[in-house]
Amino acid sequence: MGKRRTAREEGLVGCQRCAKVWPAETPRCGRCGAKLKSRAYKSLGAVWLFWALGLIAYVPANIWPMLETRLLLSSSNDTIIEGALKLFAHGSYGVAAVILLASVVIPLAKFAAIAWLALSVQYRLPSSAKWRHRVYEAVEFIGRWSMIDVFVVAILASLVQFSVLASVTPGPAAFAFALSVILTMLSALSFDSRMIWDLDDEALAGKRNDLTAVEQSAPPQG
Amino acid sequence: MTEKSKQPWDTLLACPVCDALYDDPGNKKLVCEDCHAVLAAPERRAGAAMLVLSALTAGLIYGAITLPFLTINRFWMSNDATLIETAFAFEGPLLVLSLAVLALILILPALRLALTFYVTAPLVIGTSPLPGAATAFRWSETLRPWSMAEIFVLGCGVALVKVVALAEVTFGPAFYMFAVAVVLIWVTDRMICRHNVWKGLAHG
Repeated sequence: MGKRRTAREEGLVGCQRCAKVWPAETPRCGRCGAKLKSRAYKSLGAVWLFWALGLIAYVPANIWPMLETRLLLSSSNDTIIEGALKLFAHGSYGVAAVILLASVVIPLAKFAAIAWLALSVQYRLPSSAKWRHRVYEAVEFIGRWSMIDVFVVAILASLVQFSVLASVTPGPAAFAFALSVILTMLSALSFDSRMIWDLDDEALAGKRNDLTAVEQSAPPQG
Repeated sequence: MTEKSKQPWDTLLACPVCDALYDDPGNKKLVCEDCHAVLAAPERRAGAAMLVLSALTAGLIYGAITLPFLTINRFWMSNDATLIETAFAFEGPLLVLSLAVLALILILPALRLALTFYVTAPLVIGTSPLPGAATAFRWSETLRPWSMAEIFVLGCGVALVKVVALAEVTFGPAFYMFAVAVVLIWVTDRMICRHNVWKGLAHG
């Protein structure tokens, strides 16, 4: 990959909404009206705030019951994990695995991924550029899909209503889970992705500096 | 039209994802070399077909609201749920969640459809943009990640798998209308070149 040209290097700023280019100090895009910032370093504060609140909401989402299922003679109040374990015990391995993946593995991986990207930018953590781009794209893509759990609870609760024989009622964990998904989406949306690509440029420039340093420190020939 | 003096940066584009700088491709497609974001796709010309599809989508959404969505059979009983009843599954203190779900699956997708139509219809016909078109398009873009109709449709499939051992669930006509609307929303979204819309709004 050759040396790329960025708007910032040219003393310009690009609009993140409509891609139009303006001189560096322009406060607002004259075409679409979006606020202009060459790099939203300050937004890292918002990233961490939403991240922390999302993580806090994720705790009750797993401790409180997600679904209250009442059958004729029995009733159960299951958390997300208990529900999955029960399905597993009944032999529905596939469904149990999907639920654990969607409600536990993916949300936790999302927290880890956002934290790692933010720390990479703040502390210049070493990693391959390609890997960083992949993680960023995955977070962007997957964030919204966690909401599927909340929708499934809503569908089940509105459908399974057979008076005294069987009914399903949503538990408070559904609220905590939805809040957690919304907060992690806000965290990811606050992140200025251009800072990730800056790291690549810095790494490339750093390598060049190392090479020139080696050349300069090499003992004179002959 | 008063011809404003052209600035050197007027012919440039900066990738919103990674800040790479490019010359305005004119009528050619431009995909960012560094992050693969699509910056311009003029072959996606929002045309009359797009407007027709948008109108059709609005009709399908109307049908999806009014007709039965899902039906469940068990214990010699049957129970219908409409799309709106599904959203309002959360009661009492959880009512706020019902409102959020309704917004995510129905209100925001419908609002985006209306905003996009309002913005693109004059551009397609060739008249000057309607008042507030830039603001409308900005909102439509901001709301994009929050419009989750397609996730809800997949959620119906997951719910079906979960209760299939307990009861028999059938999809009503509203479900199929909604599913088709989701596909059409995806198709019409892909028919719009955002770069061309912003250009059109600026020159109008």
